[in-house]
Amino acid sequence: MPRTPVAGYVCQTILASGKDLGELMRIIVFVKQVMDPETPQASFKIDEAAIKVVPVPGIPPVVNGFDEQATEAALQLKEQHDATVTVISMGKGLVMDVIKKPLSMGADELILLQDDAFEDGDAYSTAYALAMAVKKVGDFDLIICGRQASDTDRSLVGPGVADMLGVPCITIGKSVAIKDGKVLVERVRTDGTELVEAPLPALVTVSNELGEPRYPTLRGIMQASRKQPTVWGPADIGADPAMLGAAGRRIHMTRLFIPTTEKECEFIEGDNGADAGRKLALKLREDKLI
Amino acid sequence: MADSQGVLVFAEVNNGKLTAAAKESLGVGTRLGGGVSAVVIGKGTEAVAKELVAFGADKVYTYEDGEMAGYQPDAYLQLLQHAIEADTPQVVLMGHTDATKDLAPKLAFRLKAGVVMDCVELEQDPSKGLIATKPVYGGNALAVSETNTDVRVATVRAKAFEPLERDDSRAGSVTPLDVTIDPGSLKVKVLEVRKEESTGMRLEDAPVVVSGGRGLGGPEPFEQLEDLAKILGGAVGASRAVCDAGWLPHSFQVGLTGKTVTPNLYISVAISGASQHMAGCSGSKTIVAINKDKDCTMFKEARYGVEGDWQEVLPAFIEMCRELRGA
Repeated sequence: MPRTPVAGYVCQTILASGKDLGELMRIIVFVKQVMDPETPQASFKIDEAAIKVVPVPGIPPVVNGFDEQATEAALQLKEQHDATVTVISMGKGLVMDVIKKPLSMGADELILLQDDAFEDGDAYSTAYALAMAVKKVGDFDLIICGRQASDTDRSLVGPGVADMLGVPCITIGKSVAIKDGKVLVERVRTDGTELVEAPLPALVTVSNELGEPRYPTLRGIMQASRKQPTVWGPADIGADPAMLGAAGRRIHMTRLFIPTTEKECEFIEGDNGADAGRKLALKLREDKLI
Repeated sequence: MADSQGVLVFAEVNNGKLTAAAKESLGVGTRLGGGVSAVVIGKGTEAVAKELVAFGADKVYTYEDGEMAGYQPDAYLQLLQHAIEADTPQVVLMGHTDATKDLAPKLAFRLKAGVVMDCVELEQDPSKGLIATKPVYGGNALAVSETNTDVRVATVRAKAFEPLERDDSRAGSVTPLDVTIDPGSLKVKVLEVRKEESTGMRLEDAPVVVSGGRGLGGPEPFEQLEDLAKILGGAVGASRAVCDAGWLPHSFQVGLTGKTVTPNLYISVAISGASQHMAGCSGSKTIVAINKDKDCTMFKEARYGVEGDWQEVLPAFIEMCRELRGA
């Protein structure tokens, strides 16, 4: 893979890493463990004092859906080019069967950032930790992550990491291709798509329009079970503790609550479905809604 | 920027016309206090600048360049940075749109600014800073955040805030941005925009939206929804499951990662009402739900509901609507 010279930290990292350039392409994927977004609304509870969602017993966490699509995009590129796929996840309460899913889908290695110092961060401290981890990994061609996490719905960490690493960023992709040292992304718009390009190395975030991620194969699951993740703490990635977790926040969440709805649904009854349908239309007419 | 104050609105233009997102951002901007400026990029910016003043801007920065009429990530980022240097605002506001979902985070990190996306409430507090409320957990919950950085960035959800009444007698100044963009500095480039052909009304503007979900079982029943939408003068929408299954293009998707609609009447057929979907339609004035599961979330948000199989309910409902509308 020919490399385009870039400004900023990454170039230095590439040189500092001492690796030969132009061999395997390296793709890094960020994966977050989240509460299952399919959790029934009735079970969704918030501890307002702790400003946190209460985990629901019996419903295990999942890999953020958009991050599975990020893994899928990386694996498709791996199939087309000579590439390795490195997954980085962060968090304390990681469930190994959950967070190893990208490995069982076909990713090569998993790095976990685990330490109290990483906890309770905002987009800034999270992006900082991930950017420092990427620098520790060394040279890379492409970072792919989900467009947003289905818990915080912030859509900030990807662009944040790109800014901190000094690499270009393309958001909300539905397809990702690499050609002539550039990444080409079909970016999702509400009225269609736009074709966007950037020189490598770069960061791309992807959306559900990318398509169903592959299911792990039995072989993949067995291989993943034998792989041990690499665990890094703040010192391993050379991070400044003042910029990590709660200490590094610029955005402070002060309240988390479930909005109340006072709507009362009036059920329209009928002799049968068709009758109820006709009565519904009459009701809407009566209310001047149609 | 210790002396930073007031609000700078990034005002988006679509086909030469000021967007609702820009007007709504100006509306909430004037409420936050300290004066409101706006920046507009593209073609015909001088005429748009007058309109921006009429909708609340005290000062407008323009960058006239036909090549920049559509969003160009790196160029817009640079232009916004220049406008911010000139205006020294405390808050930078913009609608939550295709362009700003990309632009706002990049701008914020460049400025080391606190940033909150997709806000439904905003307030400025002298000691706490910008207090922003946004939906999280797919709309299941609301999070309130405070950010006290020198500059703060926020995108605002469509129709969450009222624009001011247009007042053409308002006075405001217009200043062209004196910037030269070095083409060599542009790394991220939009090469081509591919708009999907849409027949009929824009989903976001439709007074009536008829949406279908996974429970319809396939793409064919959407023809019935199309009929109903025509009769009622509305547009067809769909849940994410429908678009992910390929029954309809993603441009039909209503929800957190799709379109936000706020019609007078939202008719949902065979949609269970995952919070991810509700995030895109809960601002509708009246929601009507047809679903066979009495306990589904859709009914909790609905004014009227019919519990039943859509295959029985819908054809009769459509026929009665046709009769009533004389269509």
